[in-house]
Amino acid sequence: MNLNFQQLWRYQDQFIEGVILTVTLTGIAAVAGTLIGLSGAILGRSGPQPVRWFIRSYIEIIRNTPALIQIFLIFFVLPTFGLKLPPFEAASVALSIYFGAYAIEIIRSGLDTIPRSQIEAGASLGLSRWEVFRHIVLAPALRNIYPSFTSQFVLLLLGTSIASQISAEELFHTGSFVESRTYRSFEVYAVVCAIYFALTMAFKGAFAVIGRLAFRWPVRR
Amino acid sequence: MRIFTTSDLFSLFAALQWTIVLVTLAIALGAPLALALALMRISKIAPLRWIAAAYLQLVQGIPLLGLLMFFYFGVPVFLGIQVPAIVAVGIAFAAYSSAFLGEIWRGGIQAVKQAQWEAASSLGITRWQQFRYVIAPQALRIALPATIGFLVQLIKGTSLASVVGFVELARAGQLASAATFQPLLVYSVVAAIYFAMCFPLTIWSRSLEARLNGAR
Amino acid sequence: MALVEIRDVRKSFGANEVLKGVSLDINEGEIVTIIGRSGSGKSTLLRCINALEQVDGGEIRVEGKAVRTDMQDLRQLRQRVGIVFQAFNLFPHLTVEKNITLAPVLTGKSNKQEARQLAIDVLERVGLAEKIDAYPEQLSGGQQQRVAIARCLAMAPHLMLFDEVTSALDPELVGEVLKVMEDMARQGMTMVLVTHEMGFARDVASKIVFMHEGRVWEQGTPSELFANPQTPELKSFISSIK
Repeated sequence: MNLNFQQLWRYQDQFIEGVILTVTLTGIAAVAGTLIGLSGAILGRSGPQPVRWFIRSYIEIIRNTPALIQIFLIFFVLPTFGLKLPPFEAASVALSIYFGAYAIEIIRSGLDTIPRSQIEAGASLGLSRWEVFRHIVLAPALRNIYPSFTSQFVLLLLGTSIASQISAEELFHTGSFVESRTYRSFEVYAVVCAIYFALTMAFKGAFAVIGRLAFRWPVRR
Repeated sequence: MRIFTTSDLFSLFAALQWTIVLVTLAIALGAPLALALALMRISKIAPLRWIAAAYLQLVQGIPLLGLLMFFYFGVPVFLGIQVPAIVAVGIAFAAYSSAFLGEIWRGGIQAVKQAQWEAASSLGITRWQQFRYVIAPQALRIALPATIGFLVQLIKGTSLASVVGFVELARAGQLASAATFQPLLVYSVVAAIYFAMCFPLTIWSRSLEARLNGAR
Repeated sequence: MALVEIRDVRKSFGANEVLKGVSLDINEGEIVTIIGRSGSGKSTLLRCINALEQVDGGEIRVEGKAVRTDMQDLRQLRQRVGIVFQAFNLFPHLTVEKNITLAPVLTGKSNKQEARQLAIDVLERVGLAEKIDAYPEQLSGGQQQRVAIARCLAMAPHLMLFDEVTSALDPELVGEVLKVMEDMARQGMTMVLVTHEMGFARDVASKIVFMHEGRVWEQGTPSELFANPQTPELKSFISSIK
């Protein structure tokens, strides 16, 4: 029962690269997923019936099955259709699809929280539909979805660790690699968990600061 | 290489019972801890609040996969003992559930109006009795949709136990996929089984939520 | 030609016909007060004038132009016809200044340099110049409603609609809003109000319109209508509010 973190120092570069890849993977999935979320929220509201039905099924299927199985399906199944993606790319696609399903729901509920009377007030001042959305709906809607969106982002950050299961290179994969070299399971996973925790806290802190700067107007409690 | 047969399907369903065991274990071990954490978070004693808050932040800041690896590979090596897989995995899932449920239940308790505490205390009963008979029933009603929502998250989360070689549904799927070379079929079946478990819960959670919002 | 001509307007919500053929003229400079029981169609009529509701039959003309719900016309219509709502409907994320200047700047009525001065001017008219940098939630209900009126004034409308603007206010805050409206009336603004404030209707209005079951039941000057109601419905309405 002796602790030895010394050996892990040799792998500092790998850990740093793992962190960068994890953040990159999270960023890709968050941006792509948000785009899916935006278009899905708009189409799910005003698109033709078959499109709405498709979006509904997409959300339910993704939200009610494990992300691990989704990532396996993307990685192992696409090659049978002749589309072979490298692990990191496959993980990016799978996690974007995954995050998109949650983003649609979050964005939709955010738009629903804006009272009709606000839209009417904008219209009565002669503003176009786009101007009403841009200047009246958008900022309060963003504020309303900010807490759930950012906590979903943190769940995504932690969730990217499953990409290691198709050997995509990211932080968790680095951990497994270092463990296989050093056999210091305890130290390696303690360090990996600590890094994820530090990343989580850093993002949470940044989100809190951004939120405070962006949403200054007082609201009724 | 061979084809996917009913016996493969059978092995998937056999593995399903381990998924259910994991969920049960996570709830049975995690729920009491979660209740304790929720109560600590609303306690009048500041250090209790801090400890609970730190624990929640910590566990919710670590991937479930990390918890599993740490308790399955890390801790036994550190302690130099053999730990049965089910124990290590059970501890990891209990830690995971306790953090999420603790946060959900704290939210439920705090959503009960302060006046209810005051009204209860005016009856001359102890603080625990106030909680047990007045606050908890109301908090449970408020927190139930999110609790069921977490159950869905937990069922999906048990798939990660496959990573440490635990043969539950996802692992059984991997094995069947490797044996039959039919990943599309096998993983679709696996996904469908998860969906069949989770979707009804999601619907239930949603209808409870709607009823709750309607009642307010 | 009347500023607003309403001809045989019909409007239904589902199976419920709220307006059953309403005709009414509003002349420039008039203060028209619409009274009646709830459900008589007062607010709906008001909302039809600036096309927040689309009429099912008949026609409304504002300054000779038919009110239609297609886009370009609508923008012009709403720059000429302002509306103040019961629930204020200020934009919570914008300061008082931005609430007021948003529409004038976007619709090209004012540029960004002149905008602040415009806000100060209209805020002075409602007596709230010192609140220019506050957010709506920092104001009382009465102050919020006065800002909403100022927001409307900033568009320099030819006609202003007031939809039960004091109904959501605490009783002690009603007076300050009514006073602002009285000042506007004195300055010659054409106004159409739906209100339960009978004192205001009696003292300030130039014309009272009594609506009942989706129709204009009686209309006339306040003294005519209140002193000498012609129909049993108006008689019973007047006695019920005393």
